[in-house]
Amino acid sequence: MSDHIIDARGLSCPQPVVLTRKTINEGIAAFDIIVNSDVARENVLRTLKNSGMKSDIRSEGDDFIIKASK
Amino acid sequence: MKNILSSRIGIIITGSIIGAIAVILQAAGNPPNMGICVACFERDIAGALGLHRADVVQYLRPEIPAIVLGAFIISIIMKEYKPRAGSSTLIRFFLGMFAMIGALVFLGCPWRALLRLAGGDLNSLLGLLGLICGIAVGVLFLNKGYNLGRTYSNNKASGWIFPAFMLALVLLNVFEVSFSESGPIFFSAKGPGSMHANVLISLAAGLAFGVIAQRSRFCTMGSIRDIILARDFHLMSGVAALLVTAFIGNLILGKFNPGFTAQPVAHSNHLWNFLGMTLAGLAFALAGGCPGRQLILSGEGDADAGVFVMGMITGAAFAHNLSLAGKPDSMAEEVVTLGGPGIYGQAAVIIGILFCLVIGFTMREKLTVKS
Repeated sequence: MSDHIIDARGLSCPQPVVLTRKTINEGIAAFDIIVNSDVARENVLRTLKNSGMKSDIRSEGDDFIIKASK
Repeated sequence: MKNILSSRIGIIITGSIIGAIAVILQAAGNPPNMGICVACFERDIAGALGLHRADVVQYLRPEIPAIVLGAFIISIIMKEYKPRAGSSTLIRFFLGMFAMIGALVFLGCPWRALLRLAGGDLNSLLGLLGLICGIAVGVLFLNKGYNLGRTYSNNKASGWIFPAFMLALVLLNVFEVSFSESGPIFFSAKGPGSMHANVLISLAAGLAFGVIAQRSRFCTMGSIRDIILARDFHLMSGVAALLVTAFIGNLILGKFNPGFTAQPVAHSNHLWNFLGMTLAGLAFALAGGCPGRQLILSGEGDADAGVFVMGMITGAAFAHNLSLAGKPDSMAEEVVTLGGPGIYGQAAVIIGILFCLVIGFTMREKLTVKS
């Protein structure tokens, strides 16, 4: 787990993306985002890709943990 | 499994299929420039149930339940069905109500706004401009931390209620149930409500919409929001595909008639076309999805989206019972009478916008990054 964790579980579209972008804009180079829907997972991954970030994903129960890094 | 329809090419295919099927539905009997319209069709359903008595817009449109059922079935198959609820339910109900009132002042949801434009109805440009403005205001709120709170997992049965209700609507249509003499279920004998494709065609089309829109996450409001919010053109490529395909379809069928006046089921009151859709766009943005997307979400088990849809159906009943909806332009002996909303409809739009602004300013939950 990274030092910075965004819990975006249960947040509806586009909150996970808003939070992801906010974190990137704050200059945080590595962080984890937890989501629990396929739509949020796809949207966050697309946002990271569009922002030139690397991402790594694993699932834990119903949750997806996305590791974002520069 | 990789979800092909959620890729760029997938969303373009989705938009093209929706546009093509919409034009086919128009040729098969649905009203002009209204192959599919979530707002209009929910309004017709409200009328068929007797929730309003505007006798030209009463028909239990099978497309709406079929969209929900299509999304329900495919989400179960793809293991994406997740019963959830609990995010500012009553606010979502009222957002749905006001979204519907705004859409009915304009006379169409975003899908129909695109279909109207594809048929040459230039009044739709004012509506689309309003939609963009409403969504842009919504994005300002989103950037300031607006949100309606989290949803929580719910019991399996909570996600079945809405699809079951939709299935009941299909059965009421198919069996033409009459609850009393001269009572509902109503079937319009004239006007847009009397124009419809064969039930089986409507059902098949709705199921197809439901399946592909669930897989692709197609959303008209989201397409504009994502551009303003994040310069993300993913969803917009699908929306553009819908517009282009329907336009080509109309050209082929000789149904493209460009102009402002005497367009089918439309009015040329520019200010209120604009403001009606400004309200709708803002309400969709605050609720997180266009009317089509809300149907899909309600099929996936999102009870809050189901409540939004019920709000829209209720809003349609109010819109016609209280004379809030826009009247289409009428033409008699070559003289065009300008339509649009009456004074109460105009007041309702203003009240709706104020309601959305209050919600936008007040509904904030600090969602900070833990470190």
